[in-house]
Amino acid sequence: MSRATFVWLCLLPLAVVTVAFFVLPMARLVATGSTGPSGVAAYAAILTEPRYRATLINTVLLAAATTAATLAIATVSGLFLERQRFPGRSILIAMLTFPLAFPGVVVGFMIILLAGRQGLIGDLTNRLFGEKLVLAYSMQGLFLGYLYFSIPRVILTVMAGVEKLDPRLEEAARSLGAGPWAVHRDVILPALVPAFVASGAIAFATAMGAFGTAFTLATNIDVLPMLIYTEFTLSANIAMAAALSVGLGLVAWAMLALGRTVSGGAVAAAG
Amino acid sequence: MFAAQLAFTLLVAAFLIVPALLSMLAGVTANYFRGISSGLTLDWVLQVWELYADTIFRSFEIAFATLACTLAIGVPAAYGLYVRGDRLARLIEEIITLPLAIPGLAIALALLLTYGGFGDFRRSWSFILVGHVVFTLPFMVRSVMAVLGQIDVRTLDESAASLGASPWRRFRDVIVPNAAPGILAGSLMVVTLSLGEFNLTWMLHTPLTKTLPVGLADSYASMRLEVASAYTLVFFVMIIPLLVAMQLIGRRNGRPGTARA
Repeated sequence: MSRATFVWLCLLPLAVVTVAFFVLPMARLVATGSTGPSGVAAYAAILTEPRYRATLINTVLLAAATTAATLAIATVSGLFLERQRFPGRSILIAMLTFPLAFPGVVVGFMIILLAGRQGLIGDLTNRLFGEKLVLAYSMQGLFLGYLYFSIPRVILTVMAGVEKLDPRLEEAARSLGAGPWAVHRDVILPALVPAFVASGAIAFATAMGAFGTAFTLATNIDVLPMLIYTEFTLSANIAMAAALSVGLGLVAWAMLALGRTVSGGAVAAAG
Repeated sequence: MFAAQLAFTLLVAAFLIVPALLSMLAGVTANYFRGISSGLTLDWVLQVWELYADTIFRSFEIAFATLACTLAIGVPAAYGLYVRGDRLARLIEEIITLPLAIPGLAIALALLLTYGGFGDFRRSWSFILVGHVVFTLPFMVRSVMAVLGQIDVRTLDESAASLGASPWRRFRDVIVPNAAPGILAGSLMVVTLSLGEFNLTWMLHTPLTKTLPVGLADSYASMRLEVASAYTLVFFVMIIPLLVAMQLIGRRNGRPGTARA
C-alpha cells in the first residue's frame, strides 16, 4: 500500500463520523428551521417577534455585562499576580483557575450555595440587616454564575498577555516622566488589547450559549438557551427551536472566530 | 497598593473557592442548617450511592467508550492531517472544531432531528456517546497534532521507510510511541470533558440513560442540600485527580492545560 493511500485511510473514520454525526445533522437543523408555519421567516423571528427579541436583548446584555466585569476583574488580578511574587502565589493562582472544569450545572449549584435560600449571602444579610437577600434564582444570580466560570478562563489569558508585555516600553514611559496611572492607561492597557479581545470573545460566546447554569438556577430565567429549550420541550415548537439554535450557533461561532483571528489559537465555548 | 490588590484578588479567589469548599463540607455534614456542630457523617454519600450509583457507572462507561472512539478515530486522523498539511487538511480541521463553537444544545437538537427516529439507537447510551465523540474529537486531534509538530515526524518516517517498513508498521511502531505525550494529554482531556458534559447530554438522555451531570441537575432541583452536596463531592473526587494529572502532564509537555466547563 502506498503512503498516500495509507494517509487517506487514516482520515476515513474521521470523515465518516464527522459527516454522519455532525455535518448532516447540522444541515438538517438549518433545514428544519424553515419548516415551521412561517417558513424561512422563522429565522427573522428572533428580531421581529417581541418576546424573542426581548430574550435576545436580555441575553446579549447579560453576556456583555459579564464580559466587561470579567475583563475588569481579571485585569486587576492578572496584572497583580503576574507582576508580583509572594509566598502562596501559586496556590492563589491554582484557586483562581480551579473552577475551569466545572460544568455549568455545578456552577449553578455554587451560586445557590452562595446566594440561594440557604446561602451564605442570605445568612450574612440576615444577621446584619434582619432580611435574607436571595439572589440566586434571578438574572443577578445568573450574572454571578457567568462571572464564576468566566473569571478562570479570562484570567489565564490576561496573565499570559501580561507576561508578554515589553518592560522596556514601560520603563521608557516612566523615564519620560509618566506617572503610574498614565503608564497603565497609555502603555500597559493598549498593549493588552489583543488579550482582552481574545478572552472577551470567549467569555461573550460562552455566556451567550450557556445552558447548564441557567437551567440549574431556575427555569424562568429569560435567556436564549432556555428559550430554545422550552420551545423544544414544552411548546414542541421544533422549527422555531431549530431556527433559534442556528442563530445562536452563528453568533457564538462569529465571536469565537473573532477571538481566534486575534489570538491565533483555537478556542472553545462552554457553560 | 500591593495590599489593596492582594485583598481584591483574595476576595475574587474566595468567591470562587468558598462555595466549592462549602459544598464539599455540606456533603459530609449531618445537618447543613446546624452546621458542623451537628457532626460529620457519610450517610449522605451512602444515600447518593443508593440513588445514583447507576449514573456514576454510566458516566465512566461513556467516558471510556468516548476515549476508545477518539483514540481510534483521532490519532490516525491527526497523523493524516499533519502529514498532508495542505488546505484540505486545514479545512477539515476547521470543520471538526466547529462543534466547540456551537452550543451543545444546538448540536443535540440536530442529532435528535436526524436520528431521533431510530428508536433503539435513540434509547441506548450510544446516542449520548455519539454526541460526546463529536464534541471531544477536536481536542484529541489537536493534542496529537501539537506533539507531532514537536517531534521530527518526517525524519522518523523516512528512516523507517528506508529500512523497508510499510506505512502501517511505521505508524504503529514509530509514530504512535513518539506521539505518546500528546495522546496521553488528549486522553485525559477527553475523559474529563466527557465526565462533565451536560448541555449535550441533557437533551440526549432518557430516564434510563442518565449520566452523572444529569443526575446532579436532578438532585439540585429535587433533593435536599446535603444530598446534592454529597453528590457534587463525588463528582469533585472523580474529576480533581484528572485535572491535577492534566496540569502535571501539561507542564511536562511545556503547555498549561485547560478544560471546558
